[in-house]
Order: sequence, then C-alpha cells, then structure tokens
Amino acid sequence: MTDTARNTMVEIRDLEKYYSSFKVLDGISGSVKKGEVIVICGPSGSGKSTMIRTINRLEEIDGGQIVVDGRDIHDRNYDINQLRSKIGFVFQQFNLFPHLSARDNVTLSPLKVAGMPAREASELAEHLLQKVGLSDKLDAMPASLSGGQQQRVAIARALAQNAPLMLFDEPTSALDPEMVGEVLTVIQQLAEEGQTMMIVTHEMGFAGKVADRIWFMDRGRILTQSPPGEFFNNPEHPRVQKFLSDMLR
Amino acid sequence: MFEFIQKYGLFYLLGGWPETELGGFAGTLVLAGVGVGVSFPLAIVIGFARTSKNPAFFIPASVWVYMLRGIPLLMILFWAYFLIPELTGRAMTPFATAMAAIIIYESAFMAEIVRAGILGLPKGQTEAARSIGLGYWQAMRYVVLPQALVNMIPSFVNQFVSTVKATSIVYIIGVSELTFVAQQVNAIEVTNPVRTFIVLAFFYFIPCWGLSVLSRKIERDIGARRKAANAPGKEIRI
Repeated sequence: MTDTARNTMVEIRDLEKYYSSFKVLDGISGSVKKGEVIVICGPSGSGKSTMIRTINRLEEIDGGQIVVDGRDIHDRNYDINQLRSKIGFVFQQFNLFPHLSARDNVTLSPLKVAGMPAREASELAEHLLQKVGLSDKLDAMPASLSGGQQQRVAIARALAQNAPLMLFDEPTSALDPEMVGEVLTVIQQLAEEGQTMMIVTHEMGFAGKVADRIWFMDRGRILTQSPPGEFFNNPEHPRVQKFLSDMLR
Repeated sequence: MFEFIQKYGLFYLLGGWPETELGGFAGTLVLAGVGVGVSFPLAIVIGFARTSKNPAFFIPASVWVYMLRGIPLLMILFWAYFLIPELTGRAMTPFATAMAAIIIYESAFMAEIVRAGILGLPKGQTEAARSIGLGYWQAMRYVVLPQALVNMIPSFVNQFVSTVKATSIVYIIGVSELTFVAQQVNAIEVTNPVRTFIVLAFFYFIPCWGLSVLSRKIERDIGARRKAANAPGKEIRI
C-alpha cells in the first residue's frame, strides 16, 4: 500500500447510478483523507443523499468503484455487515428504534455486532450519551424526546460502532430551527476530535466552520471540490455562484 | 326463556362434556384458539417468505396464500375430511379434521397480517438496523419484529373474531361445536326454533363484539403512541 492509499479513508471512482433510465449519479470521483471532514452541498435532486448512501451500500451502484479503508466495498468476499459496522450513518429522519430506550438504541450494535459484554456496552452508552449532552435521558424512550434530542441519540448510536468513518445525510433538515444548533454543535465537536466525516447539509454557515473541503454537486456530478474559504469567497464555477446567491437571498 | 337457559345453558357452553368430548361454546373457542395459535408460527414463516426477494421463498408462499384465500373454508374442510384418510390410511376424528382445516386456512390469512405488519414499518427502521451492522435476521429479530408484532395485535384479534364465526361451518362434518349443539337442542325441543337460534346468536355475538371493541381500543392506543413517536419531526426536505 502506498502512503496516499494508507492515508485515504474513502476513494470513489467514476460512480454511476440509474433510477430506471434517469442517471442520478453521473461519474462521481473523489477521495476523503483520514481525519478529513467533507461537506457535500448542492441543490435538491443533485444526488447528494444517493451518493452518500452508496458508501455503506444502502444504495447499490451501476458503475464505478468505492474503496473504504483500503477495501473495495463491492468485493464479493467482503461481508456487508462488517463493512457497515465500520461506518456510522446518521439519517435525516433519525430512525431511532422507537421500542428501545436511548441507552438500548446505543448498545444494540456493540452487543449484537461487536459482541461486547452487556456491562461494558451499557457504560459505553452512558459515556456517549453524556458526550452528546443527554446524560439525563439514558432511559428515555424516543417518543418522549424532542427532534434534536433524538438526533443526538442517533449520533451516539452511530458513535457506538467506534467506526473510522461517519456519514451524515442531512442531519438537521427534519428539525425545528431552534434545535438545529444543538445537533451541529455535537458534529462540530466530533470534527475537532479528528473524526473522519462526510456530511450532506444545507447549513452553509456550519459547512464553512467544519469542512476541510466542500464538494458541490449538481445533476449527479461533483462540479467543484474546494476549501470553504475559496468556495464561499471566490467561487469560480457559475453554478456555485448562483447556488450561493440563491441560498443567501 | 329462563327455564330454557337453565335446561340447556351448560349444554350450549360445554356440549356433551364430560360424557363426550368437549364441545359447545368451549369447543368453538378451542377450535378458534388453537387454530389461530398454531397457525401463528406458520404465518410468521409464510409472511416472511412473502416479503422475500428470493423467488424460491416468495413464489411458494404466494401460491399458498392466494390459493387458500381464493377458496371457501367449507371446501378445505371437505378436502381434509376425504383426503387425509386417503393419504394417511387412517381415519381422523371430525374434531382433528376440522382443526387441521382451520389451521391450514388461517395460516394464509395470518401470513398476510404478518406481511402487512413487516411492510408497514417505515423503511428507515430496516435501513438503520442494517446500517449499524446487524444482519438481515438480526434486524428482523431486534428491530422489525418487536415493533411489527405490536402493530399486528388488532389484526390478530380481528382474525380471531372472524375465526370464531367461521368455525360454525365445521358442524357439517359432525364436530360438536356451538352450532352443532344448537342443532341438537333444536332436534330435542322440536318447537320454538327461534328461541334456540337466538340463544346461539348471542353466544357468538357477545364474545365477538367484546373482542371487536377491545381491538379498536388497542388500535387507538397504538395509533396514539405512534403519533407521539412522530410528533417531534418536521416536514421532510430532500
């Protein structure tokens, strides 16, 4: 393995995907270094969510290659559950398990996938729920939590996998505006700790703060990959200029 | 009327028991209860097969379900009555025959309840379960089934109610369940069949009505819980 390969967490090459005859992903290529935070933005329908969902194989692909942590994720010998256990995924709709308490949501993967002893898993859950600011909600059921709290439990659940890569698919889009901040703060904290992350979001201020690079997508392609300073202050691509002026209006 | 109930009440309730096998209303409950109870695990298997993408599971399960839903219980009863002795070379009691027919019949309807329960859960639940690394069966066991089974309870209760009523057909092969007992009462009394069959109707009506009310209540409770669970989210943006 070369040094570049060793420092790369995700490598995407010529990714293609169709929904019947509609090409949702049209030749996506890009790489994510270990410790890097990538924010993916772009207009609705540009393929951002589809793209991020291909990385843990929630969506299958029709062409190209994805390598995560040095392994081709579509390799026949690569167990899909093992792949997924190495990737934390946070959904727009939280998708907490409503029949389980916050703690049990978090311990499920450590117990059943990693085979951690019950006591250790419970301590891990307490630690992670404390980390996302919910130490007083350990035994709360999801229905009794606000949207922001549910999403923070969902982040704790993903962190419990101790995954080298975390994916966020519009983590704040389903939240009331006053709850967006609490979730973004948690994600920002992870960024500061050096967690490798890919985040699809419409929160441009947040993107400017946490991103190492911003991928701008439109019609199934990545149009630009640039550091936030360049992205916001002097975007070269006219499509990015239009997007930003529409967002700021 | 009082005298009539006093004279035949126990007969309606238990049939000729203990001299003969348990029958009457109790027999009906056993037929329906065991029928639904035994078909439940079958229905879980068939219901899962019905949601499978693998045609080796999906096709036989679908054939089973559509076939049984497309013919009347009475026909299955006749088939069981004539076919089972033919195949096994042994005669079966009418009760066992009726039991077998009901279990087979119910397995198809219950399987569709299971299938609807599994498919009725938001897709995000399976996606989240698989995303944390659970395998298909683990996801079903720890995430999908515990929720789906709760959602299925009202449908199961309704299915039990319709089974209680459907069992009346087995009197035709001489199982001494509730309707059969009423026929016997009618034969003994000769006069006033209206009274005999009104009492019969009440024996069916009271538990079925009670269970229907119960099932509506459970449904409302589950609905309220689901609403609470979904309340904090806002509209979906893509």
